[in-house]
Amino acid sequence: MTRWLRSFGAFWYDFVVGDDWRGAAVVAAALALTALLVHVAHVNAWWLMPVCVLAALGWSLRRATAGKT
Amino acid sequence: MNAAALVLTVFVACAVEAVEALTIVMAAGLTREWRSTFQGMAAALAVLAVVVAAVGPALTLFPLGVLRLVVGALLAVFGLQWLRKAILRASGYKDLHDEAVIYRRQVAAAQAAAAGSRHGVRDWYAFTLSFKGVLLEGLEVVFIAITFGDNQGSLGLAALGAAAAVLVVAGVGVAARAPLARVPENTMKFAVGVMLTSFGTFWGAEGAGVSWPGHDAALLGVIPLIALACAGYTLLLRRARAAAGPVPAAIPVTAEEVTR
Repeated sequence: MTRWLRSFGAFWYDFVVGDDWRGAAVVAAALALTALLVHVAHVNAWWLMPVCVLAALGWSLRRATAGKT
Repeated sequence: MNAAALVLTVFVACAVEAVEALTIVMAAGLTREWRSTFQGMAAALAVLAVVVAAVGPALTLFPLGVLRLVVGALLAVFGLQWLRKAILRASGYKDLHDEAVIYRRQVAAAQAAAAGSRHGVRDWYAFTLSFKGVLLEGLEVVFIAITFGDNQGSLGLAALGAAAAVLVVAGVGVAARAPLARVPENTMKFAVGVMLTSFGTFWGAEGAGVSWPGHDAALLGVIPLIALACAGYTLLLRRARAAAGPVPAAIPVTAEEVTR
C-alpha cells in the first residue's frame, strides 16, 4: 500500500512539476507574495506574477544549459 | 476569453497529445494485434471518461476565486514545463520530439516482447502498451480541458475542442496508417506552453486577489509578453550554443519521454 501511494504521488509530481521543482516553488512563492501585497499592503500587484514566471523560466533554462556551451 | 480562443487552445493542446498517443497505438496495432490494441485504447478512454465525469463537475463546487488560484498555479507550473522543453528543443539543447524515431523504438520493443494472453485479452503486451499510451497522453488532455473549461464556465466547449482534436488526429492517422511525423509538434508545444503559462499567470494572480488592468483584455498583453520573452530566450540560447562551437550531442529523447 505504501509503495502504491509513493508511486501514485511520484506520478502526479512528475506530471505537474516535472524536471525542475524550482519553477513550481517560484510560482507558489509569487502567488503567496501577490496575495500578501493585495490583502495586507493593499497594492494591486498584477505585475508580480508575469515577472516571477518569466524569471523562473529563465532560471530553469540557465540551469538546464549550464556547462553545455 | 472568447469561445474561439478557448476551443482553439484546447484543440491545439489536445492535438499534440493525440499525435503522441497515435504513435503508440499504431506501433502496438501494426506490430502486435489490433483487437487487443483497441481493447487497451477503449479501457483507457473509459478511465478518462470516469475522471472527467468525477473531477469536472466537482471542481465547479469550489468558489471561483479559490478555483482560479489553484488552477492558475497548476497551469502556470504545467505550462512552464512545456515551455522549458520546447525552448530547449528549439535551441538545440534537447533532441526534437521525432515521432518517426519514437515509432521505430516502440515497434522494436513490441516485436521483441513475448506474446501471451491474460484476463481474456489475446495480446496482453499490445493491450497494456495501448492502455498506458492513451491514458497518459489523455490525462494531459483531460487536465487542460477541465482547467480551461471550468475556469471559463464552458466545460462543454472545452470538451468540444478536445474531442475535435482527437477525431481529426485519429482520422488522419487512419488515412495515413502511420505515425504523424510531419506535424510541427515542437512549434505546437511552444504555442500551447505560452497559452497555459499565460492563462495560469492571469488566473493565478486573479485568484490571489489582483484586479488586472482592463480585466480580461489584460490577456492581450500577457500572452504576447510571454511569447516574446520565450522567443528571446530561444534566440539567446541558440546564439550561446552557436558561439560555443561543436558541443556534445543534444540530450537524447528517452523512453520515458514517449509518454510526456
